Amino acid sequence: MTDIIKTEQLTFAYPPDEGKEPVQALQGVSLTIAQGSFVAVLGHNGSGKSTLAKHMNAVLLPRGGKVWVSGMDTSDEALLLEVRRRVGMVFQNPDNQIVANVVEEDVAFGPENLGVPTEEIQRRVAAALKAVGMEEFTLHAPHHLSGGQKQRIAIAGVIAMEPACIVMDESTAMLDPCGRREVLDTVKRLNREKGITIVLITHHMDEAAMADRVVVMDGGSVVMDGPPREILVRMEELRAIGLAAPHTVELLHGLREDGFAVPLDALGIQECAEAIVRAL
Amino acid sequence: MKPIIRVENLTHTYGANTPFCRSAVKNVSMEIMEGEFLGVIGHTGSGKSTLIQHLNGLLRPTSGSIYLGDRDIWADPKKIRDVRFRVGLVFQYPEYQLFEETVYKDIAFGPRNMGLDSKEIDRRVRSALAFAGLGEELLEKSPFDLSGGQKRRVAIAGVIAMEPEVLILDEPSAGLDPAGRRSMLENIRAYHRQKGTTVVMVSHSMDEVAENVERIVVLANAGTVMSGTPHEVFSRAQELLDVGLNVPQVTQVAMELKRQGVAVDPAVYTVEALRAQLAALKGGRA
Amino acid sequence: MLKDITLGQYFPGDSLAHRLDPRTKLILTVLYIVILFCATSFLSYGLVAALLVMGIKVSGVAPKALVRGLKPILFIICFTAVLNLFYTPGDELASFWIFTITKQGVATAFFMVLRITMLIMGTFLLTYTTSPIALTDGLEYLLGPLKKLKVPVHELAMIMSIALRFIPTLIEETDKIMSAQKARGADFESGSLLDRARALVPILVPLFISAFRRADELAVAMECRCYHGGEGRTKLHVLRYQARDYLVLLAYAAVLAAVLILGRFGL
Repeated sequence: MTDIIKTEQLTFAYPPDEGKEPVQALQGVSLTIAQGSFVAVLGHNGSGKSTLAKHMNAVLLPRGGKVWVSGMDTSDEALLLEVRRRVGMVFQNPDNQIVANVVEEDVAFGPENLGVPTEEIQRRVAAALKAVGMEEFTLHAPHHLSGGQKQRIAIAGVIAMEPACIVMDESTAMLDPCGRREVLDTVKRLNREKGITIVLITHHMDEAAMADRVVVMDGGSVVMDGPPREILVRMEELRAIGLAAPHTVELLHGLREDGFAVPLDALGIQECAEAIVRAL
Repeated sequence: MKPIIRVENLTHTYGANTPFCRSAVKNVSMEIMEGEFLGVIGHTGSGKSTLIQHLNGLLRPTSGSIYLGDRDIWADPKKIRDVRFRVGLVFQYPEYQLFEETVYKDIAFGPRNMGLDSKEIDRRVRSALAFAGLGEELLEKSPFDLSGGQKRRVAIAGVIAMEPEVLILDEPSAGLDPAGRRSMLENIRAYHRQKGTTVVMVSHSMDEVAENVERIVVLANAGTVMSGTPHEVFSRAQELLDVGLNVPQVTQVAMELKRQGVAVDPAVYTVEALRAQLAALKGGRA
Repeated sequence: MLKDITLGQYFPGDSLAHRLDPRTKLILTVLYIVILFCATSFLSYGLVAALLVMGIKVSGVAPKALVRGLKPILFIICFTAVLNLFYTPGDELASFWIFTITKQGVATAFFMVLRITMLIMGTFLLTYTTSPIALTDGLEYLLGPLKKLKVPVHELAMIMSIALRFIPTLIEETDKIMSAQKARGADFESGSLLDRARALVPILVPLFISAFRRADELAVAMECRCYHGGEGRTKLHVLRYQARDYLVLLAYAAVLAAVLILGRFGL
């Protein structure tokens, strides 16, 4: 598999407030993200996960180190549009990323900027809205939609640029459980059916459980990296950096202490129950 | 226990006589008991925001009434401001309402509107700050220089400083990370314990409500569908799922165990309780 | 409630009025205003009123929505009416204290109210039936020649369309902030004018801060979607005049001519 995103010794600091030391947001992050994978990046607020995300399509440029998107150096000004076309971003607040008053016009915004011919834009808008299951809202006004629907429109706006990767920068943080499920189902399907790489920035453990790979950040560095079954069971370590293991893991931990022979990595409800039945 | 707030046949219709007309709350009756910690659960659009804005008189019922103590709060519309001081409402994402130059002044906004003297205001600001889990070194800072979590706490302190008889919090932990969530809920629990006043927490996270409150009211489709202790509510878990709500992960595991023939109580909702039940079961078998 | 304000809102639809080219509708609106200001008699006002009624009928917009849109400017309408009623010299009808009502005054006040009301309703009809994007597209085309004079036409159009897009969001936000401050005992309804002005601070400060934050985030989001100014941009919908555009334009020109001729004969 080829890498869609590669960072090497990436460091970044935000400009400091007057009279204060600059805050080191990233300190030497080296990470590769494989084309077609589904990666969750976990961390508490201020762990550097959003800063990392914003480097993936040149919203921020490295202070030190390098970031490549499909082999293109993101700090090369000439490649900027191509980098942003390949890696699309969906942000936290659904209201602040919708540009237009009509759904189809909003989805068309990216391709319009790229100078795609009119007929091709129309085809892409229809396809993108279909891909997120919002085709019946083509002519609606976005401010009448629910949070989850707005985020799906934002995703469609990215898909219309035909990207290789979508970075979800805490895009589910402001949604209720229904909205979150809608959005997660959508990205999962895009990943599976269209092979679009998904980078999901979140602090919800249950969202991390559906990824192929979990990267945990703390203090601007990657502190854990592996499949969810290996990462989410490390209850104590997660708690120490302000995160929480899923309740199923907590339960299995407890049962082990009580002398049950259960595995720790039965993350799903069904799986967890079956493991307990076997151990009874 | 006697009710402090009584809602009788409340209906609220938005945009009456327009094409966008819809009832956000339909014929709801419920009671909030004095001193209890109540959870209100419902998905977006279930009418919970509309409901709580009636409890402090921000919205006026289309029909039905709200009683605070034994007085209809709309008996004298001129006195509605007093109701707002007695029933404190913290909105969702309250940090976006901060406006003063200093944390102190912002928290003092409510007490000042109550017409209290400066000594009493000072006492309340400091006490509210402590309940919200913040240190006094922040008092002279600008609220806009604080972190997101701190801002939210300042906003909550601004409502606590009115020393309301009922404190209503709409999604107090929304958008916080797990550690922030945990400590926010600890602070709210401590406030309830120490003050002994009524607290109502609105949330869409079942796990959060289950672990904190004494009683739950479930709203769906503009009406109340059930109410009771967490145990009573989760014993009807299937109905919750049917109206599009989640149940705590632990309850889901217990339901699945029950389905597979294990003799556990499926309405259990904390890790400790399920663990204890399973340990007892294993002990019994061994 | 602030939510009731319909100013500058778009009601999606598929009527003839919706399908007209936005450039046509912009020109029509300008023509309509010109006609309105040329009208001097009952007959010519009748013609303009007929135009308006036809426009409303064709657009399928509920007349109620148009009337509701008048609410925010009700004060201005009343003010103009009163001013004209009392301060137009002419044949005295009635008089008390320092006020005198004249025949001419009644007539001017009546026509003034009619004129403002019809002016507002006509322009609302434009925004109700034209999506803001189409509207700005139309403006961008019509103002296109100004680009040669280094007027940043695309940027202005973009600014306008974003402003329109955020009107409902900011109204909603204002409502929310007002409720939250009311919950802390803020009082917007009583006290002196100065008190009321001061009471706005707790609303305006958070509103401005939030507007800036939104602007900041929107700018980043737009850049992420490859926005780099108007250069090399294409369009989802390309504007093309249809036969119906020419026909409607012709009809309006005819009405304008009629009104002018009627005026000539003092009718």
